[in-house]
Amino acid sequence: MINYVLRRALMALLVALTVSFGTFALFYFATDPAQTIAGEDAPQEMVDAIREQYGFDRPVSVQYVDWLGSVLQGDFGQSYFWKQPVVELIQEHAKVTIMLALLALVVTVVIALPLGISAALRPNSWVDRFALTTAVSAQAIPNFWLGLMLIILLAVTFPIFPVSGDSSWRHYVLPAFVLGTSSVPAVMRLTRTGLLDVLGSDYIRTARAKGFTGYRLILRQALRNALLPIVSVLAVQLGHKLGGSIVTESVFSMNGLGRLAVESIFNSDIPTVQSLILLFVLTFVLLTLAADLINAWLDPRIRMG
Amino acid sequence: MSTESLLEIRDLSVAIPTETSTLRAVRGVDLELRRGETLGIVGESGSGKSMTALALMNLLPPAARRSAACVNFAGTDLSTVSEKELAGQVRGRKIGMIFQEPMTSLNPVYSIGRQLTEAMTLHGEVSAAQARRRAIQLLEKVGLPDPASRLKQYPHELSGGQRQRVMIAMALMNEPELLIADEPTTALDVTIQAQILHLLRGLQTELGMSMILITHDLGVVSRAADRIAVMYAGDIVETGTTAQVLNDPRHPYTRGLLECVPGYREASAHRLGSIPGVVPSMTGDIRGCAFAARCPRAAEECFIDSPPTRPLGPARTYVCHDPEETRSRSLLEGHDREQTPVNKPAKESVLKVAGVSRTFSVRRGMFGKRKSLRALDNISLEIRKGEVLALVGESGCGKSTLTRTILGLETPDSGTVTLAGRPVGALPPRQRARMIQPVFQDPYSSLNPRKTIGNIIGRPLQVNQLGAKAEQRTRVRRMMELVGLPARVFNSFPDQLSGGQRQRVAIARALILDPEIVICDEPTSALDVSVQAQILNLLLDLRDELDLTYLFVTHDLSVVAHLADRVAVMYLGEIVECGDRDTVLTHPKHPYTRALLDSALSIAPELDVPEPRLTGDFPNPMNRPAGCPFHPRCPLADAQCRSRAPEVEWAADGTLVKCWRAGDAAGAFSQLSAGQTPENWPDPPKINKEESAP
Repeated sequence: MINYVLRRALMALLVALTVSFGTFALFYFATDPAQTIAGEDAPQEMVDAIREQYGFDRPVSVQYVDWLGSVLQGDFGQSYFWKQPVVELIQEHAKVTIMLALLALVVTVVIALPLGISAALRPNSWVDRFALTTAVSAQAIPNFWLGLMLIILLAVTFPIFPVSGDSSWRHYVLPAFVLGTSSVPAVMRLTRTGLLDVLGSDYIRTARAKGFTGYRLILRQALRNALLPIVSVLAVQLGHKLGGSIVTESVFSMNGLGRLAVESIFNSDIPTVQSLILLFVLTFVLLTLAADLINAWLDPRIRMG
Repeated sequence: MSTESLLEIRDLSVAIPTETSTLRAVRGVDLELRRGETLGIVGESGSGKSMTALALMNLLPPAARRSAACVNFAGTDLSTVSEKELAGQVRGRKIGMIFQEPMTSLNPVYSIGRQLTEAMTLHGEVSAAQARRRAIQLLEKVGLPDPASRLKQYPHELSGGQRQRVMIAMALMNEPELLIADEPTTALDVTIQAQILHLLRGLQTELGMSMILITHDLGVVSRAADRIAVMYAGDIVETGTTAQVLNDPRHPYTRGLLECVPGYREASAHRLGSIPGVVPSMTGDIRGCAFAARCPRAAEECFIDSPPTRPLGPARTYVCHDPEETRSRSLLEGHDREQTPVNKPAKESVLKVAGVSRTFSVRRGMFGKRKSLRALDNISLEIRKGEVLALVGESGCGKSTLTRTILGLETPDSGTVTLAGRPVGALPPRQRARMIQPVFQDPYSSLNPRKTIGNIIGRPLQVNQLGAKAEQRTRVRRMMELVGLPARVFNSFPDQLSGGQRQRVAIARALILDPEIVICDEPTSALDVSVQAQILNLLLDLRDELDLTYLFVTHDLSVVAHLADRVAVMYLGEIVECGDRDTVLTHPKHPYTRALLDSALSIAPELDVPEPRLTGDFPNPMNRPAGCPFHPRCPLADAQCRSRAPEVEWAADGTLVKCWRAGDAAGAFSQLSAGQTPENWPDPPKINKEESAP
């Protein structure tokens, strides 16, 4: 098991390094940070001076190692645009995003798992049809539209929740619901097909022949097998929510990482963009690692393989 | 055996509604089982034998509907009992069940210990510690060494044979009164099959259980069952004691089935009997006898009225019109047609394998250690024009690697394969393909499902640009006729054909280029016995007509005895014995060959399941034993066998053998088998049934 964890962690580290170097190099070739700092109309001498001062004239690999060295010491650099340390910027915005993402995950799990399980227990019944219809509709409705409709209904017409902002828990209810439901179709379907597969398997027949039936059959024989793919997909969904809830944050005017990313891209604020990308990559890598470890704990074949 | 009835089933039916109609999987089955008795239910796939067992436990798929006049089990009518009571009181407690697929029948995420103990603790009357003690005790009884540490293991750490032992232990946890074994040995190798059957029989006698043994294998059922029920198309067509049914079969289907089994009729010069057609799909209204369309004795009434049940004695019936006017008609069309005698004069060699070795480097995961797997170890073989060389061995012995190497799909590390005098590796792929062609085991996955039959058979002609379109078409049609495919399937797709027809397509595709040699890799092991007979007959007819040469890979020694000229026995990547069929089968020199022969169960109702001579499993090729690779399982192994690998030797009768003890093997075996001499084969030493019964 320890061996497995070490191997997976090493893989995760390699992925994170590769992706971060890739994005770093992309910025190096696609933009001119000296020009950005100096301003569009700055004279060439000034741009050259800045380039030399900031070290932008060095080879890309040297700059990357330099940057990585600072990052490892907790120094993510200064934002060109907001003129404050990137670390502070990220800390401010991360609180909102993490809160939103976790709440959204709860929404996803609470809706998708029961729906998927009941659909699998009675395939082609009305529960199943209802679940599938819900999934198709939820997939078809865009996030921003659902957000706007909820604002009109529950914040304007019936002012139960605030329209926008992120200053109290009430602000999080509608966006968490919107963000959470967007993952329901994928997770629900996977739960349904996964559990149906497991229920049709030979070892479930064996368990039934031993005398298992009803909820004990599901909880003590089937669920653990059915959970394996769900854990993986939930990790990916959580990663999306932590990194990519730009639309939802914009609709509800929440100051999360998604909006920070958009604004720093618009303003060519390279240190911030680079730090955010590294953060998103690390989030994904760590979540996948966590999912792998949970699955290894659930499934001896992975653990010992 | 007591005369008290344990189970009585009356008029059991199972219907499965489909999109268009209702499939009648089981149609009014009556069965009776006494305490301590073994009932064998025999039938081909689709006969409803598994459905009958599942219906008894009410474990049918959700869509299936069950009806029965009564299912009396030990005084309770199971057809009226609620699901809750059935689960709590009967399943796993009074009736245990073992299934066919040991590889998938255990839950992969829970330990063996948990799966064994929960069978007892689930019903809430014993403590975990008690259940654990019982589990250890049973694992020991089913022959798993070091049972206490097994409890911590997971299913994927065990081999198929070991998993099946765990399944048996699990079914016995609550000392059931009835054990239902559904094809318990079908997925296992023959030497393991012998071990498992012997174990089941022993446990049954010891615990006084009744058993229902469901199988398609008449050899297995002839040795293990007291009584037999033959099923066809959802109904029982004949019942009686094993000896009655197998020695004096009354129903044309039972007789047909028996004639299909290679070795049932002594001499190999006869064609196998075969039953034309396929099992009909039991949908909609069924008129007359379900077997009538395939029955050589069918008369007018058979197509109109349901056949009557004809009693022949106590618990001995058959369901047949038995028409007077066709009584003299032979069941076996042309079965006595002579085939070209084997052992024809030796001709020139077609294929030569010389000193071929192949070692794979296996690594698990990205960072795992590399391990070497010696799949082929210095293999030498020769196949002569017009002969059938059978290659025999259990799974994992390297048969597939060898055939792939011969086909040129795998490059050997050392040694050469020469085809008609030229090295296979040096031949251009197309020319190689014209000279050597394969027929694979599974006709369901080896044909492209999106191509028509005509396309599949004609594809090699297209690739090699042989002839104009019209000419290719004619050749395809001629080939279809030759292998017995109806012309109308030319434009059909593989999934519209039966298994036997698909295998005919595979054979036609292999033969259309007129190859020098055909590699048949277990071509009949995925087929029912009646279809196997058709395919074996076809292969032999084609050999005679087209002067073909076959390398026939199989695990089934009765097939070898039926069609091979010479036999090569493989074990862990080595040829351990090779020689003329009759010599190898009647005077086996290698103890492994001898063990394989003992494990092959011919139809012999008067004999019991033989005592398995080999203990233990086929070893993992990654951990090859030192010295002779067979020594850990060999009853004759001595110090020399454990330390040094034997060399190839040629016996006086021209047989190749690789064994230190080959010289004394025959003698030593005859001592072991209490006075039996090898000449007496194929009747290996058995305990007489009457004597062994308590």
